[in-house]
Amino acid sequence: MLERVQTERTQSERTMIEIRDVTRSYGSFKALDNASLAIREGEFFSLLGPSGCGKTTLLRMIAGFDNPTSGSILVGGQPMDGIPPNRRPTNMVFQSYAIFPHLNVEQNVAYGLKRLKLAAGEEKRRVEEALAQVSLTGLGKRRATELSGGQRQRVALARALVMRPKVLLLDEPLSALDKKLREQMQVELRRLQQAVGITFVLVTHDQYEALAMSDRIAVMFGGRIAQVASPKEIYQRPVNRQVADFLGGMNFVKAEIVEENGASLVLDTLGFGRVKTDKPKAFVRNGGKATLGIRPERLRVLWDNATAKFEVAGKVVERHYFGEITHLIVEIPGLEKPLSVTETNDFGADDIPVGTSIRLGYDPEALVAMAD
Amino acid sequence: MTAIRRFLPGWLSSYATLYILFLYLPVIFLPIFSINTAATPKFPLSGVTLHWYEDLPKTPALIDATWNSLLVGISAAILSTVLGILAARSITRYRYPGRRAINGLIMAPLVLPEVIVAISMLLVMLQLGLSLSLFTVVLGHVLVCIPYSMTVLTSGFEGFDRSLEEASADLGESAFGTFRRVTLPMVAPAIISSLLVCFTISLDEFIIAFFLTGTEATLPIYIWGQLRFAAKLPGVLALGTLLLLASFVLMTVAEILRRRAARRTQNEGGLYA
Repeated sequence: MLERVQTERTQSERTMIEIRDVTRSYGSFKALDNASLAIREGEFFSLLGPSGCGKTTLLRMIAGFDNPTSGSILVGGQPMDGIPPNRRPTNMVFQSYAIFPHLNVEQNVAYGLKRLKLAAGEEKRRVEEALAQVSLTGLGKRRATELSGGQRQRVALARALVMRPKVLLLDEPLSALDKKLREQMQVELRRLQQAVGITFVLVTHDQYEALAMSDRIAVMFGGRIAQVASPKEIYQRPVNRQVADFLGGMNFVKAEIVEENGASLVLDTLGFGRVKTDKPKAFVRNGGKATLGIRPERLRVLWDNATAKFEVAGKVVERHYFGEITHLIVEIPGLEKPLSVTETNDFGADDIPVGTSIRLGYDPEALVAMAD
Repeated sequence: MTAIRRFLPGWLSSYATLYILFLYLPVIFLPIFSINTAATPKFPLSGVTLHWYEDLPKTPALIDATWNSLLVGISAAILSTVLGILAARSITRYRYPGRRAINGLIMAPLVLPEVIVAISMLLVMLQLGLSLSLFTVVLGHVLVCIPYSMTVLTSGFEGFDRSLEEASADLGESAFGTFRRVTLPMVAPAIISSLLVCFTISLDEFIIAFFLTGTEATLPIYIWGQLRFAAKLPGVLALGTLLLLASFVLMTVAEILRRRAARRTQNEGGLYA
């Protein structure tokens, strides 16, 4: 199965999961507030947000462990109302992995197959295949208690994949692993998804995880879906300050709207002057003010006589060393907050003394307008 | 002892030794005098014999009492464990108002004076018009066994990761199938442990059996009856030793199983990568 990894699978445009106006209330608290979403067939989709944003609630409703207070969920075109988890075409990888401790690896993986009453050889073949998919070949007889965290997770994956679900749901599957293993598993999960071509829905609070693995991401806050887009678009064109902030560092600059038309905005800022930017899709004007954002790594230190078409000048007030990168805090005359600049260390950014006057170059494409 | 000495200052280790002696000296006396050739329990021993043990199976009244005790013990163990499973499951799995109060009320017989419980049960039985028999003894024993059964079972059920049952449902299993294939195998050690504990308690229980039985004696009642005859004392000591041994073995097995159940239900996730 893994040979096919190299060829990026083209997803179909068919919708696999449809969330229609789903609300889940607990008393007066709305864990999910009128959420609508369409997840495509064969897509690696992530629900990203801080804890309590409703992402897990939504995942559990797709699995059938929870039910919407209003609205409906469709999987493969079928309404899921009132259908219990054991009769849904979805399988889940639990945060705790939920490996049955009284069964060995093989028995765990075969658990769901037992009910299908397959021919003995067929069941064995499918278990072997699933174990091979997650690189656990040969560990079938191990007891669940003898496995490492990473292995337990692979068992949980195999146990779900062996059922050949239409949708695989993953509830923070990497959060219990240490950093190195987590990064390795990100790559592997992505590869696995490409190989099996099943729709994956991942819940995570780790923005890097979502960015690294997903075809598309839904960013959620307080029970609402703030933005649904590709990782690149979410990162580069966040719809609002909250999304921008959650996806990593962002410099925010106050701006006045000078001109607004169909596709673009003209903003006046202190520090960056007059700027023309693309208008975000969901831009809703709130008076005459807006916010301009630029990511720290999109600002470059201009050495000696180097020039850029667009520059700002300022003074280094702080310097933080992070190994491969250095973080500079640069005060710009006119800006109320200094800018954060992330610079790789190949040119000696780690040696710039605090107090140095420097110029920063940027690409106007990197400037993002956000509603205030 | 060397291990104790290493960690404790002198006076503390003598205190610990005295403490243990106080707890177990009476228990040690029983087997010692049960192999004494003389009928009076006095030091020095006059000789060693297994004669008293050999006489035990030759006493028909004792055989009857043993059967009665087994019957009562097994019935009480099964009944109180079934009731304990239901209560422990509800208390560990669900959150509802009055949960703590109910738990407290179920555990209360543990601290009520047994003689009072026995008298009140006797009154209830008579009011209900039940004639006293081994059946009424079983009812009484169920009452005193449930708190123990609950203690063992809640420790086995607690920390039962709900996602295990969810995972089973997610993999296509029905509610009953999930109970049979996941819940039951995981809590089985706790259930067996509860059965053993309850059986042991019923086997050793005297006061309630004394008040609630009709003409049929259980082992402790038989022993009580024998104490009137000084000549029978060594036989009683031998029987007592055997009961002690049986209780000790049963309780040890029960505790091992309880710990295994508690370990099993805790699904430690993937915290060790």
